[in-house]
Amino acid sequence: MSIVHITARELRSLFLSPLSWAVLAITQAFVAYAFLVKLELFLQLKPYLPGLPGAPGLTAIVVAPAFKAAGMVMLLAAPLVTMRLISEERRNGTLSLLMSAPISMADIVLGKFFGIMSFFGIVALVVLLTPLSLLAGGTLDYGLLASGFIGLLLLIASFAAAGLFMSTLTAHPPVAAVSTFGLLLLLWNVDWAGTGAAEGVRPLFSYLATTSHFNALLQGVVDSADLIYYVLFVVTFLVLATRRLDTMRLGH
Amino acid sequence: MGEHSLVEVANLHRRFGDVHAVHGLNFNLRRGEVLGFLGPNGAGKTTTMQIICGVLAPSEGAVRIGGIDLLDEPIAAKRQLGYLPEQPPLYRELTVDEYLCYCAKLHGLRKQAAANAMEEAKARCGLQSNGARLIGNLSKGYQQRVGIAQAILHRPAVVVLDEPTVGLDPIQIREIRDLMRELGNDHGVILSTHILPEVQAVCDRVQILHEGRLVLDEDLAELSKSQRSRSIRVKFRRPPSRTSLTKLAGVKRVEALDADTLRLHHADDEALAERIVAASVAGDWGLYELVSESRSLEEIFVELTFGEGQHGSANNPRATS
Repeated sequence: MSIVHITARELRSLFLSPLSWAVLAITQAFVAYAFLVKLELFLQLKPYLPGLPGAPGLTAIVVAPAFKAAGMVMLLAAPLVTMRLISEERRNGTLSLLMSAPISMADIVLGKFFGIMSFFGIVALVVLLTPLSLLAGGTLDYGLLASGFIGLLLLIASFAAAGLFMSTLTAHPPVAAVSTFGLLLLLWNVDWAGTGAAEGVRPLFSYLATTSHFNALLQGVVDSADLIYYVLFVVTFLVLATRRLDTMRLGH
Repeated sequence: MGEHSLVEVANLHRRFGDVHAVHGLNFNLRRGEVLGFLGPNGAGKTTTMQIICGVLAPSEGAVRIGGIDLLDEPIAAKRQLGYLPEQPPLYRELTVDEYLCYCAKLHGLRKQAAANAMEEAKARCGLQSNGARLIGNLSKGYQQRVGIAQAILHRPAVVVLDEPTVGLDPIQIREIRDLMRELGNDHGVILSTHILPEVQAVCDRVQILHEGRLVLDEDLAELSKSQRSRSIRVKFRRPPSRTSLTKLAGVKRVEALDADTLRLHHADDEALAERIVAASVAGDWGLYELVSESRSLEEIFVELTFGEGQHGSANNPRATS
């Protein structure tokens, strides 16, 4: 039960902070820009598309890039929102309130995670509204739209979990933000290493990268391996965060 | 120690790297008792309180709250705890009502119980008219009150308050002291403070910590007994012979401090001063100063925490450790 209350408090505090509103606005502005650019492209290509066998449709040309753009903004914005999750509570001394309350460390971590995910869910829903506006003048491939949206949600969830863990490591929110950003940027591009590497290593780096799984989902390929990757990613960082809160009581 | 112990602390140690902040503490808190923690900065008061509240884990030793081991069953043990840390744990962006409601729910209170608890805690801490205000806009004293309200909200069996009267004005301090005494009737209260009169005003028992060790653990009633005057310092223009002083009824020993100053040790005899004055007038000793000497809590504190005191070293921490 206490998880719900921590989630609710977190969400309330997020919306009382101007930063969250700025993140919402900037994500929306950037996604709108990407959307319009791709819509322009689609309108240019439109006369030729019927003649091409297996030509991409409206959803593939416009919606997938819009979601990809949202993923990129979140790469930058997520660390700024997640940085204060635990570190600010430590700094303000409110962590004592949670630690002396009759709740487990896992409750705290899960409450925080669901709180930040509620906010990121709202961000994703607002992003989803942009492609849905196409319904006014056309039809969409709902399967592709759904798989892309799931991909975006999973990507953001992995960012949130990583950010939450980084926030447990320090009492300085900016340090948590920079560390999270560094980690996420590395995982975004870690498949670079695979391109020149030996044949056996390439799949490993490709598997580690958040982008490879995200791209597959954006293309409409829902592979359980991709879903499991994100689930493992989230669970790993949440477990690490819980362990970290436990050890925080042990030493300095 | 029996069923009346709300808090049992056994052989508690806490190290931060090389620093041994808490060094083998043992004590109990009984129901209906207000326990005062005294000690200079860095004595380990806050660390001990954090350990009792589960915010820090001890390096060694055990803490039991209401008979439940804090390390084995932290959630059940913490249910009986209310804690006000040194820095009140407040969310500045929430209103007082929102904050207290959140705290009540964290402690598992249901809607109606939470509403009742909030009303009661606000009334006890004088916050009735501030429910809708943002905590960040409250003055330091009011923020402290919100912190105290949060600690007593769920009617815990044990209330731990780390320097509760810091930042309050004298009237608020009186109110909070009354509140602490009231809490002491049916709860157990542990409070730390720098303010010595506060301990005398509020506490049933006082513990002085020094360098992580307990150097004094005594009921305040006992302490005030031992504080009562046991000696009188007198100055005479024409000091009489020692024997004429020892002949006065009640004088146990005469100690010469300098040429005309003497200290008369006696056994708790309030009428002695009167007799000295009478004898001085009769014998023309020229009495011009008479001070009834008593040990204040402050003297005891200074003596225990700064090593060598003038009253011998039986209680000296450096001598016993």
